[in-house]
This record gives sequence, structure tokens and C-alpha cells, in this order.
Amino acid sequence: MRRGRRWAGAALTAAVVLSGCGTQEAEPTVTVFAAASLKESFGTLGEKFEDEHPGTNVEFSFGGSDTLAAGITGGAPADVFAAADEATMARVTQAGEASGRPEAFARNRLAIVTLPGNPHGVRSLGDLARPELKVVLCDVSVPCGAAARTVLSTARVRVRPASYEQDVKSALTKVRLKEADAALVYATDVKAAGDAVTGVEFPEADTATNSYPITVLKNAPQPERAAEFVEFVRSAQGRRVLREAGFLEPGPGAR
Amino acid sequence: MSTARPAARAPLALLVPAAAGLVFLLLPLAALLLRAPWAALPAQLGSPRVWEALRLSLLTATAATALCLVLGVPLAWVLARTDFPGRRLVRALVTLPLVLPPVVGGVALLLALGRDGLVGRLLDDWLGVTLPFTTAGVVVAEAFVAMPFLVISVEGTLRAADPRFEEAAATLGASRFTAFRRVTLPLIAPGVAAGAVLAWARALGEFGATITFAGNFPGRTQTMPLAVYLALQSDPAAAVALSLVLLAVSVAVLGAMRDRWTTGVGAA
Repeated sequence: MRRGRRWAGAALTAAVVLSGCGTQEAEPTVTVFAAASLKESFGTLGEKFEDEHPGTNVEFSFGGSDTLAAGITGGAPADVFAAADEATMARVTQAGEASGRPEAFARNRLAIVTLPGNPHGVRSLGDLARPELKVVLCDVSVPCGAAARTVLSTARVRVRPASYEQDVKSALTKVRLKEADAALVYATDVKAAGDAVTGVEFPEADTATNSYPITVLKNAPQPERAAEFVEFVRSAQGRRVLREAGFLEPGPGAR
Repeated sequence: MSTARPAARAPLALLVPAAAGLVFLLLPLAALLLRAPWAALPAQLGSPRVWEALRLSLLTATAATALCLVLGVPLAWVLARTDFPGRRLVRALVTLPLVLPPVVGGVALLLALGRDGLVGRLLDDWLGVTLPFTTAGVVVAEAFVAMPFLVISVEGTLRAADPRFEEAAATLGASRFTAFRRVTLPLIAPGVAAGAVLAWARALGEFGATITFAGNFPGRTQTMPLAVYLALQSDPAAAVALSLVLLAVSVAVLGAMRDRWTTGVGAA
């Protein structure tokens, strides 16, 4: 009896707290769906944006671009979508969910990630073909895997991977846990992992860079503020944060 | 079977949620069947990748079940028939993989049995064996998540079984192990079989621990659930086709085994 009452009290408190959040119309929230690789840089950008726009909140949902795109076409109430490649963004624009044309704001390229200190002396892309190395790649169904396949086939390097990982962070994790000796991940992932790994850049990476597009969504609950956020990401300040995270400037073709 | 009562006696307050529960469980399966790309199915099933993944799934799930039986039945016996300090804690720990997210289980396995793991490092140094990225690693991951199902099922059967049969065997001079082998095991065979079926089904569907611990490589560690998940990212129709195959195989195998066991138990 007593316990039941306590539960009821807790439920009531929760209801009050939740409804309180819902009725705070004074503080508009911009909801941003962004690719997992943007977690660090967009987190910083969100805080800066909130500082410059007092009274506006930015909320992020980070995840695989595929998953986010599926959420948007399925009716998730988001304001902005930033994808890790153009193919995924195309799914959203083809469904008529984008407001206007998506704009490229950054590019990312692959890098080799090795154990800390690079004990196996991996110097080039060709070294990944060495039989004594355990190498993991992303599966070709995800953007980093498609880029890895392009880079390796252009350079005519035949890698026999131990595994095709389901996303870039899993590939990175296998090296962080010392399960694999090397992996092909994004340059930004190497940077975000800090001292836990050592990165090796290679010139062939330029043959397959991913362009990151961003757009305001058609059914955005906060369209004006969403547009301001997109503008902020593409501003000089936004680009500096992205560059510090290891991203490249958007391609020359980008507007 | 004879204990079933006519449906008319069941109160509406139970029947309505029961019907809703049934619909809730069957609706997604029905949707899978209704929305399946039947026309493209033959082409999808002609791909060698499907059969490779299916063969690997059946092989590893069966091997994982065998591993669960060898380790899990004795564990269940110890939990049900002996008393030692901390037995309840051990029992709780045994069931932990049931509530642990499988991906977390996979990471834990890496930390324990990976190349740089607590025990895995020794395996690598002494025997030159590394489990991650191998078919054996898939079996280990599947057994880790499936074993609690077997242990719980067998332990329950053991508790329900009359220990006096074992005691009688002991008074007649049988050692405790002989009594277990000749008396207890035949007595609890249906429970062991049920537990093995549960464990096999759980192993067949295992995804999170497998992809985390064993990675994903066609023919070596890419089981059906992994193939379904990766197909979903690029080709949802292929994912539905793969799911149908897995569904059909599980229904067929579970159905066939159930029949054999129920008749087998009846005859014994």
C-alpha cells in the first residue's frame, strides 16, 4: 500500500517535470540530426551558437547517417540534417524532406589508424597488405567502407581484412582495444581518439573524400533558427572549429 | 493437454489483453511476410552469400549449444543440488548475460578473451590462439549469451525432480557422478532438451556480442543476423529476404525437434 503510494508520487513528479519542459515555449529548441563523426565538432558549435543566440537551445541526435535519414523520412521532428555523405542526403532530398538545396560544409578523408606508437611501422597504404598485420575495414554498405574500397582499388592495394566492421567507430574500437593492428577510418576519428592510437596519413586518401552536406528540413518546427544554425556552421567560425577537428574545407565545387 | 478448459469460461478481462498480446507478437511477423519482395526472392536466395551465412549460422549455433550443454548442465546441477556460501550470488551472476546488452557482452568478451585481454593474452602467448575474428570466436560469443537460458531451464527441472532417486542410487553404492549420469540425467532429459532448444534459438539470433567480439567477415564470422543488419543499410529488400530464410529455418528446426522430443519423452 505504502509502496504503491510512493510510486504514484514518483509518477506524479515525473509528469509535472515532463509537462514543465513541454510548456517552456519561451526557449525555442533547434533539433539537429548529425552524423556520428560530427559529434565532437558539432558539440562545440552548438555551445558557441547558444552563447551567441541567448534563449535558443540546440539539441543534437548523433547517429549513423543511414539511421538518421530513415528517421527523417519516417517523420521525426528535426530542424536540421547534417549527413556524412551525399548519397545519404540524397535519400532525404528525394523524399522531399529538405527545404532548399543541401550545402556542403566540410570534407573528410580516410587515415590509417595504428596501435599507439605505431609498433609495426606502418608508413603507407601499401603496408596494410602485409600478411602479419591484422587489418579491419568498414563494410562497403557504410560510407567509410565505400571510401576505403575506392582508395584501395585506386592504389591497387590488396588488403585481406580480418573483419568488415559495421561502422567507423567499431573499426576504431578494434584498434583501441588492440584487437586489430590497423584500420582505415576518418582523419577526424584519429584526432578524436587522442593518444589511444597513432594516425598515419597517406596521399591516396585524396582519391575518395566524403563531402558533408547540411540542410534545413521542410517540416522544421523552428525554420528561422534552423537556418541561422546552418549559416553558423558554414561561417568562418564554424569552419575553424571543423578544421580543428580534422575536417577539410568543402570542395571547390561547393557553394 | 486434458487440463485445458473451454474458452468460454475465461474472463473477458484476461481474454482481451491476451488477444492484444498475441496480435502484438504476430503483427511484425505478418508485416514481414506481407511486405516481403516475393518476386525478387528467388534472385536474392540464389546468392551464395546467403547460403554461406546460413551454413555458418547453423554450424555456430549448434556448436555453441554443445558448449552450453557441456558447461551448463554441470553448472545447473551444482546450483540446484549443492549448498555453498554465496550460492545465490553465483546464481544471480550466471543470469547476468540475460540482462546485459549483448554489445556490452561482446566488449566484455574482448576485454577477457581478446588478443590483449586478461586471459586472451595468455592464450595468444602460450598457444598462439586468438579468438576475435574467427569462427571459434562466434561460437564463444553465442555461447556466452545463450548459456544462461540453458542453466536456468535445467536448474528449474532439477529442482522439480525428486532428489530421493539420486539418494537411493547412492545408498545402493553408486558414486555421486554415476548417480548423476545414470539416474539424474535421464530424469531431467526433457528439461535439458528444452534448455538446449532455447539456447540454440538464442545463439542463432545472436547479433550484438557476435559482431562486437568476432567482427564481420563473409564465410568466417558473418552469421545470418549480421548479414541481415548489413544488408539493411544498403538493400532493405535483401534484408527482408534474409530474415525470411532465418525465420523459416528456425520454425522448421524448432518444430521438428519439438515433435521428436515430445514423442521421445512419451515413449521413455
